Amino acid sequence: MTAPSRAATGVSVFVVDDHELFRSGVRSELSRTCRIVGDAGTVEEAVAGIVRADPDVVLLDVHMPAGGGRGVIEGVRAAGSKAQFLALSVSDAAEDVIGIIRAGARGYVTKSISADELVAAVQRVHDGDVVFSPRLAGFVLDAFAADSDEPIDPELDLLTAREREALRYIARGYTYKEVASELHISVKTVETHVSAVLRKLQLSNRYELTRWASDRRLV
Amino acid sequence: MAQVGVRRGSEVVAGPRPRLERSRSDRVIGGVAAGIGHHLGIEPVVVRIAFVVLTIAAGFGLVVYLLAWLLAPLEPADSAAPRRARDLVRPTLGQALGAALILAGVLLLLFVTGFWFGEELAWPVTLAGIGFAILWARSGEERGVRWPLDAVLTGRVFSSRMLVGSLLILGAMVVFLLANTSLRAAGSTLLAVFVAIGGLALIVTPWAWSMGRELIDERSQRVRTEARAEMAAHLHDSVLQTLALIQRSPEPREMVTLARTQERELRAWLYGRAPALAGARLRDAIDAMAGRVEREQQVRVEAIVVGDADLDERARALVSAVGEATLNAARHSGSTEVSVYVEVEDDAISAYVRDHGAGFDPAQVASDRRGIADSIIGRMERHGGTAEVNSRPGGGTEVVMRLPRKQA
Repeated sequence: MTAPSRAATGVSVFVVDDHELFRSGVRSELSRTCRIVGDAGTVEEAVAGIVRADPDVVLLDVHMPAGGGRGVIEGVRAAGSKAQFLALSVSDAAEDVIGIIRAGARGYVTKSISADELVAAVQRVHDGDVVFSPRLAGFVLDAFAADSDEPIDPELDLLTAREREALRYIARGYTYKEVASELHISVKTVETHVSAVLRKLQLSNRYELTRWASDRRLV
Repeated sequence: MAQVGVRRGSEVVAGPRPRLERSRSDRVIGGVAAGIGHHLGIEPVVVRIAFVVLTIAAGFGLVVYLLAWLLAPLEPADSAAPRRARDLVRPTLGQALGAALILAGVLLLLFVTGFWFGEELAWPVTLAGIGFAILWARSGEERGVRWPLDAVLTGRVFSSRMLVGSLLILGAMVVFLLANTSLRAAGSTLLAVFVAIGGLALIVTPWAWSMGRELIDERSQRVRTEARAEMAAHLHDSVLQTLALIQRSPEPREMVTLARTQERELRAWLYGRAPALAGARLRDAIDAMAGRVEREQQVRVEAIVVGDADLDERARALVSAVGEATLNAARHSGSTEVSVYVEVEDDAISAYVRDHGAGFDPAQVASDRRGIADSIIGRMERHGGTAEVNSRPGGGTEVVMRLPRKQA
C-alpha cells in the first residue's frame, strides 16, 4: 500500500508515547509534512500539553502507564479540546484496539505502518474521516458476528450488508479507493460506511459486543 | 515469644482481620495459640494460658487445640515473618523435652494439691501428648524422609527423639488400658485394638502431615522453577538469537523482517497463545503460517482471521493452500506486503491472499506459476472447495479460496 504522500502540510500533530525513542522517530518522520506541536510521555503531561497546544490530530499510544490512551482521551475531552485522536499501537490485542476506539479515537494503525501511510492516516483523521486498518476491520467483523443474538437497537447493533462488505475488503488489504471501485461506489461513500461502522462500534451496547470485549478483558 | 506476639498483634490493628493460620514464626508446639491470637488480635500468651486452663479443667483444651491444629492451615512459608525468627523458635529436642517436663511438673503439682480430674485419663493423655509433641518437633526436619518406617529400614534416620516419642505414646496406650480396669474387666479386645490404632495414628500423623506439606511446597517450587526455565529457554531461542542475528546482519530489509518476526512470536507468547497450543485452531495455524513466510521470504504478512474453527483435515488443507498462495505472492509479486484474510462463517471458510505487486495476465502465465496455481486450486478442489486467482498486470494479485463446512 504505497499511498501517495498527500500534502498534509499545516496539520498540527501532537505525539503521545511513553517510549522516547519511538516519539523522536515519529517526529522526524512526520516533520517533513506535518507541524509537530509537542509530544508527551505520560498521561498527565499529554493532557496538559494537548490542551495547551491545541493540535489538529493527536497520535496516541494505546499502552501507557496510569490510564493509557483512554485516560488521555477522557482527560482531553473533559477539558473541551476538539483534537482528533489516531491510535498507534504495537499491541494488536483486541481489547486495546476496541477499547481505544470506544474511548473516542478516530482510527487505529499499528506501529509497523510506513511513514507515507502514517502521513495519509493523519490527514484522513484531520479531514474528519476514520482510519480502518485491516486489523481493526477484522476485529469489528469478529465483534459484530452475523449469527449473534437479538440486537437491542438494530440501528446501532447490526452492520448493514454494505458496511460488512466494505469492511471485508479493507480486512483483505484493499485501500478505500480499491474498495470503492470493487463495489462500484465513490470513495466518499466508502468513507461514509466506515464512519458509520466506527460510530456503531463506539455507541453500541449490544450484548454480543460487550461479551466479546469482556472475553478479551475489556470494559 | 510475648514480644513477638505484641509486634504481630499491633500489626493487625489497621487491616482486616487476618485468616486463622498456624504461625510458623511464633510457636511453642504447633503455632496454634499464636495463630488464634493473631486472628483475634490478642496476646498469644493469653491464648496459651487459656488452653492450659481448659486442658486441666477437663482435657477440653487439648481437644480444641488438636482440632485447631488439624483444621487451621500453616501460614505460607514465604510470608512476611522473618526467617530467622522461625529458625529460632522451632523447638529442638531439648526444648520439646523441657516443655514436656514443665508440663509434667505442673500436672504433678496439680495432682499433689488435689486439683485433679481423673487418674485413668490424665496420664495417658499427658504421655501421648508429650510423645506426639516430640515426634512433631522432629518431623520434617530431614529433607527427603518420607515415612518413618522407610527411615528406620534404610537406617539413615533413627534418632532417640523418634524412639522417645514413640515409646511415650505406646506407654500412654498401656497406661490407658491398665488404668481403665473397669473396661479391662469387660475383656474387650476390641478396645485394645482401638487403642492400638489410636496410638499408631498419633505416631504416624506428624510424618504424614509433614510429608503432605513438603509435597505441596515442593510442587509449587517445581512449578515456579519450570516456568522460569521455560521462559528463559524461550527468550534464549527467540529474542537473544534474533538480537544476535540482527547485529550480524548487513541487510536492513532482513533486519526488519527479523525484528518483525520476533515481535510476532513474542506477542503470541505474551498474550497467552502458548506454542504448545499453536496449530490446534485455525487462527493459530494461519498466524504460524504467516510468521513462517515472513521469516523465509522477508516480506510483511498481515494475517487477519475472523472467527475460528477446529483444525480438522480439511481446514489443514485450506491452511496449506493459503500458505502456498502467500508464499507465491511473497516470491513473485515484488510487493513488500501480503494481506491474508480468513473468515469463518457457518457454512464456509473463505480465505483471501492479496498483494499489491506486479500482477500478471492469468491467460499467459508461465508454466511454473501455472503449476503453483494448480496446486492451490487442485488442493482446494480435492477437499470440496474452490479457488480462483484474480490478477492483471500492474494491479496486484488476489487468490480467493472457499471451503464449505460440513453441516453438523
